[in-house]
Amino acid sequence: MMNSNGASSSASDGGGRDSNPPKRNSKKPKYSRFTQQELPACKPILTPGIVILTFAVIGVIFFIPIGLASLSASEHRYDLDCIPKELRNDKLGFIQSGQTNKTCTRSVVVPRYMKSPVFIYYELDNFYQNHRRYVKSRSDKQLRSKKYEQDTSTCAPESTSADGSPIVPCGLIAWSLFNDTYSFSLNNEPLVVNKKNIAWGSDKYRKFGSDVYPKNFQSGQLIGGAKLNASIPLSEQEDLIVWMRTAALSTFRKLYGRIEEDLQQNQRITVVIENNYNTYSFGGKKKLVLSTTSWIGGKNDFLGVAYLTVGGLCLFLALVFILLYLFKPRTLGDPSYLSWNRNAPGYSN
Amino acid sequence: MAHERPLLDPSPRPPATAEPAPPVASSFRFPSSRRSARSRASTDHISFAIDPASPKPSSAVRYGSRAESDRSGASQKEISDDDARLVFINDPEKTNERLDFAGNAIRTGKYSVLTFLPRNLFEQFHRVAYLYFLAIAILNQLPQLAVFGRGASILPLAFVLLVTAVKDAYEDFRRHRSDRIENSRLALALDNLSFVHKCWKDLRVGEVIKISANDTIPCDMVLLSTSDPTGVAYLQTINLDGESNLKTRYAKQETLSKTPDNGIPSISGVIRCEKPNRNIYGFQANMEIDGKRISLGPSNIILRGCELKNTSWAIGVVVYAGRETKVMLNSSGAPSKRSRLESHMNRETILLSFLLIILCSIVTFLAGFWLGHHKKELNSSPYFRKSNFGRDGDNYNYYGIGMEIFLTFLKSVIVFQIMIPISLYISMELVRLGQAYFMIRDSNLYDEASNSRFQCRALNINEDLGQIKYVFSDKTGTLTENKMEFQCASIRGVDYSGEKVTVGEYSIKVGDQVWRPKMNIKTDPELLGLLRGGRESERRKYACDFLLALAACNTIVPLVVDTTDPKLKLVDYQGESPDEQALVYAAASYGFVLVERTSGHIVIDVLGDRQRFDVLGLHEFDSDRKRMSVIIGCPDKTVKLFVKGADSSMFGVIDKSRNMDVVRATESHLHSYSSIGLRTLVVGMRELNSSEFEEWQSAYEKASTALFGRASLLRTVAANIETNLQLLGASGIEDKLQDGVPEAIESLRQANIKVWVLTGDKQETAISIGYSCKLLTNEMTQIIINSHSKESCRKSLLDAFTMSTKISAMASNAQNSVGDAGSNKVPLALIIDGTSLVYILETELEEELFKVATICDVVLCCRVAPLQKAGIVALIKNRTDDMTLAIGDGANDVSMIQMADVGIGISGQEGRQAVMASDFAMGQFRFLVPLLLVHGHWNYQRMAYMILYNFYRNAVFVFTLFWYVLYTAFSLTTAVTEWSSVLYSVIYTALPTIIIGILDKDLSRKTLMKYPQLYGAGQREERYNLWMFIFTMLDTIWQSAAIFFIPLLAYRHSTVDISGIGDLWTLAVVILVNLHLGMDVFRWNWLTHVSIWGCIVATAICVIIIDCIPILPGYWAIFEMMKQGLFWFCLLGIIIAALIPRFVVKAFMEYFKPSDIQVAREMEKYGSLNEVAANTVREIPMTSFANANQRIP
Repeated sequence: MMNSNGASSSASDGGGRDSNPPKRNSKKPKYSRFTQQELPACKPILTPGIVILTFAVIGVIFFIPIGLASLSASEHRYDLDCIPKELRNDKLGFIQSGQTNKTCTRSVVVPRYMKSPVFIYYELDNFYQNHRRYVKSRSDKQLRSKKYEQDTSTCAPESTSADGSPIVPCGLIAWSLFNDTYSFSLNNEPLVVNKKNIAWGSDKYRKFGSDVYPKNFQSGQLIGGAKLNASIPLSEQEDLIVWMRTAALSTFRKLYGRIEEDLQQNQRITVVIENNYNTYSFGGKKKLVLSTTSWIGGKNDFLGVAYLTVGGLCLFLALVFILLYLFKPRTLGDPSYLSWNRNAPGYSN
Repeated sequence: MAHERPLLDPSPRPPATAEPAPPVASSFRFPSSRRSARSRASTDHISFAIDPASPKPSSAVRYGSRAESDRSGASQKEISDDDARLVFINDPEKTNERLDFAGNAIRTGKYSVLTFLPRNLFEQFHRVAYLYFLAIAILNQLPQLAVFGRGASILPLAFVLLVTAVKDAYEDFRRHRSDRIENSRLALALDNLSFVHKCWKDLRVGEVIKISANDTIPCDMVLLSTSDPTGVAYLQTINLDGESNLKTRYAKQETLSKTPDNGIPSISGVIRCEKPNRNIYGFQANMEIDGKRISLGPSNIILRGCELKNTSWAIGVVVYAGRETKVMLNSSGAPSKRSRLESHMNRETILLSFLLIILCSIVTFLAGFWLGHHKKELNSSPYFRKSNFGRDGDNYNYYGIGMEIFLTFLKSVIVFQIMIPISLYISMELVRLGQAYFMIRDSNLYDEASNSRFQCRALNINEDLGQIKYVFSDKTGTLTENKMEFQCASIRGVDYSGEKVTVGEYSIKVGDQVWRPKMNIKTDPELLGLLRGGRESERRKYACDFLLALAACNTIVPLVVDTTDPKLKLVDYQGESPDEQALVYAAASYGFVLVERTSGHIVIDVLGDRQRFDVLGLHEFDSDRKRMSVIIGCPDKTVKLFVKGADSSMFGVIDKSRNMDVVRATESHLHSYSSIGLRTLVVGMRELNSSEFEEWQSAYEKASTALFGRASLLRTVAANIETNLQLLGASGIEDKLQDGVPEAIESLRQANIKVWVLTGDKQETAISIGYSCKLLTNEMTQIIINSHSKESCRKSLLDAFTMSTKISAMASNAQNSVGDAGSNKVPLALIIDGTSLVYILETELEEELFKVATICDVVLCCRVAPLQKAGIVALIKNRTDDMTLAIGDGANDVSMIQMADVGIGISGQEGRQAVMASDFAMGQFRFLVPLLLVHGHWNYQRMAYMILYNFYRNAVFVFTLFWYVLYTAFSLTTAVTEWSSVLYSVIYTALPTIIIGILDKDLSRKTLMKYPQLYGAGQREERYNLWMFIFTMLDTIWQSAAIFFIPLLAYRHSTVDISGIGDLWTLAVVILVNLHLGMDVFRWNWLTHVSIWGCIVATAICVIIIDCIPILPGYWAIFEMMKQGLFWFCLLGIIIAALIPRFVVKAFMEYFKPSDIQVAREMEKYGSLNEVAANTVREIPMTSFANANQRIP
């Protein structure tokens, strides 16, 4: 194991040799453990014991998360189903048209008991919210304070309206705000969806200004997504705040709201979807997700599997090393293993 | 130049070259060309008078001797007016009116406040890597490419430039400060009849300056007069060439009486001298005064930086000032060298650039593919929005696929730029600085005798010390102390080298004072008895003549030094040759005390009787004649010629017709002296009759006043008179071995470092020193090559080669049959002399020599010239990749020191020239062992690891960025904030690698000293090679994949935002690379702990601070991430998964394939070392080492 070694022996030969300072202006370096590079230090060496112990400990630790995979979730893809069969050849036409009825009713069966709160997410696929052009197209200053309303320089191509006045909130991200809506009912009883506090408190209170109101938003030729109520300050527009947290990957979920009621297994929930958002132009899927969460985060299978794999591997390695050490032992610190001793007579290896 | 051992050189060392000139082809081939290398500066004055008792100044002839002939003949020419500078004495206005000569203000500072920025930047950008980063930063300023914020992209480069600039500025500030101090020193300048104080910087060419005793001379001046009536001034030139002995300079007789102190108000005249040059041993001028034209030589000029000693005042006229002085012209640093590791590193840097280009190409290709595939959707995807609909369908920031691809490439270069680690350069400089600090502070490298610490003069080759395979060592002053001690005398065929005893201290009485030579040597009782006995006999007469020759035939200046006892004075002999000093001290111990030397006479206390001898003429030592002579007018009115010189030259001029047996006996004594390692010298004399004397006198006078070819004329005069000598005897001087040299050589040999000794000494002396320092052993087979033609050289080399291969074949046969390895090999030693080397170096025979020499274990080159030393170093350096180290102390080693990969100067007896040219300087040869085996090993190990680690560290980060780019439609978004990207190599990970690079030790000093073989790790390049680089890079790819993909898979289908996952990646990378470093640390001391854990904490703090800025998109992301357990599980998972392969390989290798270092580490830790150590010598003892006598049978 790690021994602390004070390097005491060299301390004595540094000081001992000339304890009497000969001349006053002697340039002899003053002895100190630091300057003589003799600081006390611990010198770890990977002994068989340490190696095996390390692997064993890791192996055991990595089996712990096994019990964590008790979360449940239900996913429901609706982007195709919510287009009437006859219009499926022209999905883009359907979604872009102002005339079509985009309401669609679907039903979801609860796979397992879900304890409240049940989080409602929408999941988009193939939507590169992390695309460089997209990520950069926002103005955080403008979002934060009325003072910087004019600060739209980074927002192209959605920076100003046709007459040159600034768009608030500007930029492609805000412009493409998701605008499908869901309403839930259970046994014809509407389920209340709580859309309060779906955004991070930090964003609401310090990042999005309470004095910043939407202006000129979605007033151009091309409508990217949801419109905003110009009388509500940005700090209250939680859907926008959630949306503005650009996702890390092209498949992402965003919190839509919470159902603050426990859901029982096999309950059939009816969802009325306003299928407004155009993902058809880039071939993205849309999903509605109901999920519970815990301290660890949302439901996630990968981590459990990964931990088990690593843990198993470590236990295996521990075993391998035990066997190796048993079959090919070596005395630590035996000088006969030094290369110039190895060739000497008497040591065949 | 450090070393002119003037008149005698028992076994003449090769002439010292005046400047570290590059090897000139011809100088190897023609021995005769060597003579031009020798230059002599001092003690060349002779006052010559018919009537010795009262020398009339008018008849005195002074000459500035040989030196001018030596500067490659340039001095032979009369100075033409075009080439000359005219100095009007005491008329600075007129002097300076036509041409503006430099003032005396000096400026060693490189920059002024105004020029600092441009000049410093210009110099810094000589580093190609910096240009690369500048180009990237400029690219990033283009709006289409702005990947990072503009400030952020400039920051790393600015930081590196700033650190270097601050360092340079500080150094320059110190130079300016010392300049200011220097410039404002005061000197006495003649101003209207009286001397007034003036600042040094205000002195001008043409001014007359007065210097008092112990003052430093402010500029180069021609002496006009001194306090000595004969115009002698003594100078200490320690600042110029490091020699602490006194040099003599002379004022011209014509000017002596014309200075204000003599009541004459002013002096006027014109000096016509050569243009400023850097030759400190040459000066060529003439002076017109009172219508007479007098020639001036190097003995008439006193140079800036010297100190006036033993002369109460001196007056001179300024001829060169300020930056035109010789000392300033000479103050250029050593040529910069580049370390082996760094050049390897450049190879890997190029590989990394290729890797960078590959990554960028992949991204570009995929981006192009993606754009092509999604061409139709580009306009309608909300995340791309090609068109700017508000503006009539203009494209927004889109220039067509081709251009997009091109821009993607440039952008990816910008994003991945830190693949080439910019911080590595600055880290390396800092690490070297730290390593140098510890080398300088190492008390094991401190030399008590000379009170000198180790010096690091070059800061960029520390790590080369760990890879040395060849050590080329000078002998005198390096292996030996260069403290000569008189040991043996052979007088008229009688050997006086029996048991030596100390018979009190010989002293003489002067008035009521007692004068005593500063050093007493042990004397031979027989000789002492003979001298003191007082009975007149032939033997006694010869002995007296012999000792008189020793006391008189030299250029030693006796100085009488006060002691605490007012009655006791010590006689200190100052001279340029330690051999001469030894001889004069020896003569003094036998009762021939030299007590006074002036320009015209010497006073010797001969066995209590003070006698005055007139020095009528002196022929200096030159490397052609290899002897010197002096003509003495004795009190009994006889005129005697004393000659001393090397045996080879002396036996040629000795009259062998008489006393053949004496000659033979002396020859055999000489042989036995040199076989025990003594430096030998033969002394002869002749009494001159009046006709001979007069003939010589007229020739001598003519020669010494000649304007052209004075040196060769004088040489002819000397050769004519130095004939038919009567052999007086021979002396043997011991050159003492330095402390610990044999042990040091043994350690180096064990460390598989070949030690070659290159010496100017005779073959016999060299071989005997070789034995005494254990370089040669009795088991060795010696191959000796002494040839006098190219053909015989070729033949002996071929013979040597066949012999050596035969011997090694025999050895291997023996080995096979006995089954016993290695130790059975017959060691070979090659001994070759300078004459043979003349025919070998720079011809096709070099190859043959190389073959033979590399087979041999030891190579000893005797009688080699300085340039040949460099040639031998080049022989190895040009033909192998092996690192060479040259160590020497004298000016004759300068060329070798500069030629070798690592040059080490011994700051000892000889001048500072070697130290000035060296990369490292230290006090003793034996320090080479701790320097190479301990510091060299550590430095190499640390630097090698640091370079590798820096490559790894940046590559992991770049790969992590790269993986993410693959998930962003190849649009080069970075999840890691730009500030983290910038701070990554500056704050997050920089400190630990520097601390480890300075402090980590794989093995303790004790172990490294005990097992010199461990040095092999550096020689075999075990710590840094292409394979290690490749494996590290593979590990890098695995680790970056672990960092990237674990969070990716864990957070897919989640609400995670870019900043949040970016923060996770940032923390994961930083923790991982720091733990990776921690895993490789050999010794965890508190600094290591602080730096590694501190950096991780600092990173977390930085990430948190960045996420606390509300106007950044990632506001508060880290806190939201940390709320979830997933974050922590990812972090732990990443670290474990990433480190497993490395840990497995490390554990496996360390246990099953342990390197020597690993085994030694275990021995250190598990105590077996101590058991073994008990019965072996741990460190080189400080005992004085045996003199050669003891080991000769």
